[in-house]
Amino acid sequence: MRRFLRPGHDPVRERLKRDLFQFNKTVEHGFPHQPSALGYSPFLRLMAIGTRSGAIKLYGAPGVEFMGLHEENNTVMQIHFIPDQCQLVTLLDDNSLHLWSLKQHSGASELREEHRFTLKGPPGSPPSATQITAVLPHSSREVLYLGTESGNIFVVELPSFRVLEERTITSEAVLQRVPEDYCNRRSCELVEALREHPKNPDQILIGYSRGLIVLWDLQNNKATHHFLGSQQLENLYWQRDGSKFISCHYDGSYTQWPVSSDNRQPEPLENLVPYGPFPCKAISKIYWQTTKNGLPYIIFQGGMPRASYGDRHSISVVHGSQQTAFDFTSRVIDFFIIFSSEPAAEFDDPSAMVVLAEEELVVIDLKTAGWPAVHPPYLASLHCSAITCSHHVSNIPLKLWERIISAGSKQNVHYSNMPWPIDGGTNIAPDPPQRDLLLTGHEDGTVRFWDASGVCLHLLYKLSTVRVFLTDADPNDNMNTLGEDEWPPLRKVGTFDPYSDDPRLGIQKIYLCKYSGYLAVAGTAGQVLVMELNDEDAEHVVDHAEADLLQDQEGYRWKGHEKLKTRDGPVRFEAGFQPFVLVQCQPPAVVTSLALHSEWKLVAFGTSHGFGLFDHQQKRLVFVKCTLHPSDQLALEGPLSRVKSLKKSLRQSFRRIRRSRVSSRKRRGRSGNVSEVQEANAKFDQDALQEMELAPVQRKIEARSAEDSFTGFVRTLYFADTFLRDSSRHCPSLWAGTNGGTVYAFCLRVPPAERRMDEPVRAEQAKEIQLMHRAPVVGILVLDGRSTPLPEPLEVAHDLSKSPDMQGSHQLLVVSEEQFKVFTLPKVSSKLKLKLTALEGCRVRKVTVANFGSCKTDDYSENDLAVLTNLGDIQIISLPFLKLQIRYPCIRKEDVSGIASCVFTKYGQGFYLISPSEFERFSLSTKWLVEPRCVVDVPEVTSNNHVHNKPGMENAARKSRSSADCGEDERKSGRLMEHALLNDEKVLKEIQSTLEGGR
Amino acid sequence: EFRRFSLERSKPGKFEEFYGLLQHVHKIPNVDVLVGYTDIHGDLLPINNDDNYHKAVSTANPLLRIFIQRKEDADYSAFGTDTMTRKKNVLSNVLRPDNHKKKPHIVISMPQDFRPVSSIIDVDILPETHRRVRLYKYGTDKPLGFYIRDGSSVRVTPHGLEKVPGIFISRLVPGGLAQSTGLLAVNDEVLEVNGIEVSGKSLDQVTDMMIANSRNLIITVRPANQRNNVVRNSRTSGSSGQSTESSLPNSTPNILANFLQGEEESDEEDIIIEDSGEPQQIPKAAPTSESLESLTQTELLHESTQNGFLPSSEMNLNHSAGSISMEYEVQDPDHKSLEEDGTIITL
Repeated sequence: MRRFLRPGHDPVRERLKRDLFQFNKTVEHGFPHQPSALGYSPFLRLMAIGTRSGAIKLYGAPGVEFMGLHEENNTVMQIHFIPDQCQLVTLLDDNSLHLWSLKQHSGASELREEHRFTLKGPPGSPPSATQITAVLPHSSREVLYLGTESGNIFVVELPSFRVLEERTITSEAVLQRVPEDYCNRRSCELVEALREHPKNPDQILIGYSRGLIVLWDLQNNKATHHFLGSQQLENLYWQRDGSKFISCHYDGSYTQWPVSSDNRQPEPLENLVPYGPFPCKAISKIYWQTTKNGLPYIIFQGGMPRASYGDRHSISVVHGSQQTAFDFTSRVIDFFIIFSSEPAAEFDDPSAMVVLAEEELVVIDLKTAGWPAVHPPYLASLHCSAITCSHHVSNIPLKLWERIISAGSKQNVHYSNMPWPIDGGTNIAPDPPQRDLLLTGHEDGTVRFWDASGVCLHLLYKLSTVRVFLTDADPNDNMNTLGEDEWPPLRKVGTFDPYSDDPRLGIQKIYLCKYSGYLAVAGTAGQVLVMELNDEDAEHVVDHAEADLLQDQEGYRWKGHEKLKTRDGPVRFEAGFQPFVLVQCQPPAVVTSLALHSEWKLVAFGTSHGFGLFDHQQKRLVFVKCTLHPSDQLALEGPLSRVKSLKKSLRQSFRRIRRSRVSSRKRRGRSGNVSEVQEANAKFDQDALQEMELAPVQRKIEARSAEDSFTGFVRTLYFADTFLRDSSRHCPSLWAGTNGGTVYAFCLRVPPAERRMDEPVRAEQAKEIQLMHRAPVVGILVLDGRSTPLPEPLEVAHDLSKSPDMQGSHQLLVVSEEQFKVFTLPKVSSKLKLKLTALEGCRVRKVTVANFGSCKTDDYSENDLAVLTNLGDIQIISLPFLKLQIRYPCIRKEDVSGIASCVFTKYGQGFYLISPSEFERFSLSTKWLVEPRCVVDVPEVTSNNHVHNKPGMENAARKSRSSADCGEDERKSGRLMEHALLNDEKVLKEIQSTLEGGR
Repeated sequence: EFRRFSLERSKPGKFEEFYGLLQHVHKIPNVDVLVGYTDIHGDLLPINNDDNYHKAVSTANPLLRIFIQRKEDADYSAFGTDTMTRKKNVLSNVLRPDNHKKKPHIVISMPQDFRPVSSIIDVDILPETHRRVRLYKYGTDKPLGFYIRDGSSVRVTPHGLEKVPGIFISRLVPGGLAQSTGLLAVNDEVLEVNGIEVSGKSLDQVTDMMIANSRNLIITVRPANQRNNVVRNSRTSGSSGQSTESSLPNSTPNILANFLQGEEESDEEDIIIEDSGEPQQIPKAAPTSESLESLTQTELLHESTQNGFLPSSEMNLNHSAGSISMEYEVQDPDHKSLEEDGTIITL
């Protein structure tokens, strides 16, 4: 029989596997790592973000997103949408131009690279001659103007990228009519800005870096106006009517210039240094927006006084007497203003400002008084404080979901009510099948609740545990308070704040019971908090207990951090999850495992020293168990004594750098033999480097022993109602697995509900299993008589799960980093095993039971183990027979933080961090697949659905063009994201209706 | 003297009883003797504990041939794999050892008193340039004691000579198991770990594989020094595992007969402590008779086709008592330390 059940030999099973498992990386959540460019199309109402790794991401209405990747993986320098087209052009730092377009295929739009092009100069010319500095897509949609470092402007045809040499605007031609003395003082230098006249497409404004600005007539191929700027130019902006333009400069000034037909060489109307009179930093970009009431909005980036505010990343908005300098916590990459793009409109009437900073996206509502921020539905800054752990809960009951949302909405009152202004495209993905929560724990002691049901990961609610503790940080230290007559009028915006006041607050483990609303979180300094959801603000005392995990073992000294000090007396908590019990482990080592049983009202926690069980109903510690090996000094002393905290070492190295700078300056001043010292230093460095190269990396081969370090480290805790003592009576039990391959099982006696408060919960050790291979135990699971994993607490009570089979014999599955083993219960005898490390050399990093449904039939589903290995592979292993089903490479094995951050869902999806700020979402299931599906139509086509916000139709020519495009798209076949459709009739129907509705 | 008597095959009883029976039958109640038998391969194997006694009884077909020697003039070299086929006349050898012994034999001790620490195996199926070494880690407190590194070696491929990455032994710890065997040396290239090729695997992967197999590690190496390779003689025996040939010049003292034929996986013997009782090895759950049969078949298949590859399931038929007690000793300190909390009673 066994022979025939082997994987790979059973065609029926093979077919079933195809219906169950499928690997897809579906969408990236969060904020792109290292953004480098921003673009916006007022026509499509889509925003594009380019990154230093060559990715380009488009965002529109929530759920509408596209991603592309340049093959070269070079930094994206500039992004320009082709006016009134579904196309955009990117410029990379290798000077290549790429044309991307959004095309429809089987009902959904896709972003594809169409052409690439590198500008080539005449043979022998220096590379700077063709180094592109400015790109202007002309409104005719036929050509691109490319300003270069040499000062020449090349014209290329779209979409072929053919250089139209006869139309090149050379710097010589531009300089012909410039006054002699101006020319002598400065050469043209590079083209800093190119701007098309807002009313007359035949005129373009050319700004050179040394200050010269020229209005160029494309028809007659000559300069009509010369504007002789005296300051180094940064950027240009046309006023809406084309009568004036504004230039901003390196010295922090901006200048208004009139454009009239009578004066060919006009003087500036106004020259202003907004944050003068002391030297200021450059204003790198400026907008001049007209409004109905006459007062313009002047919005510019930078310009802060160099000495005192030179380190600020600011964008100032000036509107009459109102002026605010929005102060960002990270460097501003770029920004744009959303304003009325309808050509017929007389005024700009800006509605919102969208700022891409290095670490977050901030949108400011310019229509509402006070200019509040808009809560973004996507691009959440996941890493506003570093993520320390994550926890996923599938299928949240509606009631809990609503309560969390309502708690969150009370926190978001300071946000604007404005609908999300970037709303291009249509999301046609089916509604998410269920409500999923992703909880992230952060270094600053907060837990963030994300709606992870769909494509847009957005923040529902933020919980802070800081309030329970006394910390050095002054809670009244509010950065947002704005002094009355403070100048410049800075206002902090955004949520990115990577600096934690106290690393001990960091959250390490989270467990949420979705049925009862109980939440347990545990942190770096051995703190365990149990919380309850309360819809109202409340002030109460948090019950406090201590768990001494060393149990009077003498002679050990904890050299790590101290435990957190608690606040005495009642503490005020806002609506949401409010802590009512605090257990602090002693020694205050980081909590390494946590389990909560909401039905028995018990919480179990483990550290590197041992584990404990706390009754949060009676608020009483039930027992503690020390797992330490007496020789394990390292665990006793605490990791911090050996491994300095990263922050500390960073701080120290900064100090060192500063000191060395100071000292080197001094040295230079005093002695002449600096070069000698430097030489010696260089030599030393080189020697050290050589030494490193000579000593090859080698690995010690040694069997694990009981004396190894951190064998007592508790890796996993698990509650189960099973047969621990004999096969006739089952009882509650707690299981713990350690780093040294030991499994402890405790028999629990929980009093019945009516006497729950009267009798104590009792625990007694029933079993101890020592795995001889001594690998860390990473998972413990009990399978019932039908070999189904036991349900979660309260799952049966809520009728969401069949009650477990208590008739047949239960089995215990122990997953170590190296092996999977099934034992019988209650008498422990080994039944089955699967060796992983011995055969493949990989180790288990994460393991979860996942339910896989068949995409063919609704009534078939099975439970399997989803396993992530240290090589970044994902394996699916069947239950209860432990047969490898399928293996997918998922994460690069070098990406240690990605592997460490991975979290599986109960339905075969998962998340892992691809950067500090981004989760990649993947799916192993054919049935549960969350991926973006959206359509971007040229607005005319869907104008009947989208009358609001959309610019009206402009000309018939464009209309015919766009419909021709559509026809072509449908004929073209694509390869992406078609799997889900073809099987799902509902989706097909939906697409059909969308298409028909569009026509 | 010859004696013939019958035993009940299904209930052989304990070795002690059997030993007593033999002494009684031969009327030598106070003489220490060595008991040996010939197994199905014709090897002379010792009977000195319950396990190998049961094994002996179970393999008797139908007769069990037992040799008894007085302990003081026993020929220890007579025991071991292939002993019966190697020596033309074992019987005469056993009965009159002096006939063949020219010089006094060095008495080490009997297999019950020492354990194998290493062996060269599968000489007959491996190319001469390779060596498959088995390190018996269990029961010894000696560290394995070696390090591995990345490196490159030259291979002959269809495209000519190619430099390919490989894994090499980089260091032997003095006094470690690896060094004391004399079978492994610095710069030996590691080709396989417990039957699995390492090519294409990273240093970390190979490290993990070796550690996972550390209790019974079999590594196939291409020795850096190729001068000491085994010179094949035209032995016809199909039995694997024996390499104590006199032609192997300098490593003989360390090479022990691979007498544990049905190799158990001692690393798999997890230990359970029930209700604060004594630690016990976790038994294997009794499979149904049908599957047991097929299991044994697969087992045999493994043995014959994939020599050196560890069978995937446990056949603890002749576990040596020595290694069991050693495993318990490893456990001891653990329980002593845990005694304090009163939930476990130590041994």
